[in-house]
Amino acid sequence: MSITLKDFTQYAPRSSRKLLDDIALTVEDRSFVALVGPSGAGKTTLLRAIAGLSSHSEGTLLIDGIPIHDRPVQDRGIGFVFQNYALFRHMTVARNIAFGLDVLPRSRRPDPASIQHRVTELLDLIQLPHLAKAYPDQLSGGQRQRVALARALATGPRLLLLDEPFGALDPLVRRDIRRWLRDLHERMNLTTILVTHDHEEAMDVADTLVVMQEGRIVQAADSATLNATPATPFVMEFLGETLKFPGILKAGRFIPDNQDVAPFPFEGIDGRATVLIRPHKVALVALTGNASVERRPDSPNGLFRYRVLTNSGDFEVTSPTQLSSEELQNVHIQISRGKVFYEP
Amino acid sequence: MKPLTVTVLRPTRRHTLPGFSLSLGLTLLWTGLIVVLPLTALLFRPWHNGAGTMIHALYDARMHAALRVSFTCALLAVLIDLPIGLLLAWTLVRYRPPGHRVVDAMIDLPFAIPTAVTGIALATLYGPNGWIGSISSQWGLKLAFSPAGIVIALTFIGLPFIVRSIEPVLRSFPKDVEEAAFLLGASGWQRFRLILLPTLAPALLSGVGLAFARGVGEYGSVIFIAGNQPFHSEVAPLLIVMRLQEFNYDGATSIALILLVIALLCLVAVSRLRRSVSSGLVREDGA
Repeated sequence: MSITLKDFTQYAPRSSRKLLDDIALTVEDRSFVALVGPSGAGKTTLLRAIAGLSSHSEGTLLIDGIPIHDRPVQDRGIGFVFQNYALFRHMTVARNIAFGLDVLPRSRRPDPASIQHRVTELLDLIQLPHLAKAYPDQLSGGQRQRVALARALATGPRLLLLDEPFGALDPLVRRDIRRWLRDLHERMNLTTILVTHDHEEAMDVADTLVVMQEGRIVQAADSATLNATPATPFVMEFLGETLKFPGILKAGRFIPDNQDVAPFPFEGIDGRATVLIRPHKVALVALTGNASVERRPDSPNGLFRYRVLTNSGDFEVTSPTQLSSEELQNVHIQISRGKVFYEP
Repeated sequence: MKPLTVTVLRPTRRHTLPGFSLSLGLTLLWTGLIVVLPLTALLFRPWHNGAGTMIHALYDARMHAALRVSFTCALLAVLIDLPIGLLLAWTLVRYRPPGHRVVDAMIDLPFAIPTAVTGIALATLYGPNGWIGSISSQWGLKLAFSPAGIVIALTFIGLPFIVRSIEPVLRSFPKDVEEAAFLLGASGWQRFRLILLPTLAPALLSGVGLAFARGVGEYGSVIFIAGNQPFHSEVAPLLIVMRLQEFNYDGATSIALILLVIALLCLVAVSRLRRSVSSGLVREDGA
């Protein structure tokens, strides 16, 4: 199922404040897209808009080429999983899952036996066949999560929208359910859009990441492209730990304000600029500079961490190999593998 | 060689509340003196002059009529209050119309106004010369001084019970649950019937139970508008007062006993019904 948004703007109710600002986005059929960004970036608002839950909006929102509100809800083929699951507390798990089928008009509703069959099938799929008669309040967070997913899948949607579905789960369950979801996406030929504030999770599960900031889409690309050519400093900072070195571009060279950091050649327009660099891409050259380095406790992913002390501030870098004590003296810092961003 | 000493640490049972026995004692004393004792007295008093007098008192046609009037009118009033109260709570919580704060405060008025004042106000309004009463009498509808008047008074008295019992549940009802039902294809009516109403049911039942109990026992606001004709528009609490004025204590206590028994039965019925509609909504551990 493909989704097209053009010039899509949404206002806060009863005000002219923009929650979504001029969104343009295309989601291809059968792709797995993650909406990422800090809280308040408009991720959930955008997801709800795609589901047809929003008002006060203008612009184009097409689902398979048709404006969303032109189709009755039952025919839209959208499954939505809410952040807090939004299960019906007074219904058993089985009735929750069957709800979308139970409310179909009589002419299109499957007979009770087929509904029952479908529920059993879905309970098997979410690996909770023994919990058909339980009530939502008796389930754990992970189980509720899966029931909410089964409920969304019962009517056979082709578009699955998930709002921070892993938010309340512990890391181990998170990873499991993530893999399982990716699997499901492939098996059922779904188009999936997921909202998360965790960029690692997004990179792990999605094909395309849509980075959002203050109601706008900053960049939409796959994770390799985002890493290689981040559109703005924000994208780069959001996607991982970043060190910042302000400086000046002059005559084909970038000259950092920090005296202990080595200038490097860079062709560009002269003026103020900033280099953003991942801590592991910083190179330390011993015995050529004035900065000193302290060993820090190793980071959990097996990298060696060092604290670099310069006259204009301290920062931490990582290295895959251990540096000898000679290499830690009078170092010079090289940042030529970073990204240069012009300052506005 | 030193003798080996072993110290056994005995776990002492501690209650979370300080002075547990004191607070338990006070609670029991309080419930006993103020609630249980008078009710027990009421259970025993009717048999004071022997079972014969009591049974004789129970076979009083006027009393039967008064009880019938009280219970039918209370039931009718609750049935009228139910949709109105639901609508009122819904409007206050969901739409917050201009002036909703004023309306919100006014809902509690029947609680706050002395019942006699309510009675006089209603009698004036619905009486043959009142604003509404004069209009309705042109249509041949006699509202005041008839059972209809009793229903009007009890509807007025019972409404806040319904509104106040469902309002908090409605207020805390998560919006996303309703949206989930919408996205799963449920129509407005289906969302109301399948999602909202079952969630509200326990609170709705409590409200109905309270309003009904209050209606059966209501005296002050009813007597001014009821007309109080024996066998026709005389309520049971009024008959108790009449019997007392006649120094007919057997008659008075027998009515009181019947009211008490029926009230208890209603309480049990409501709480049973509540439990049966609360599946999934109330955790088994009571949390």
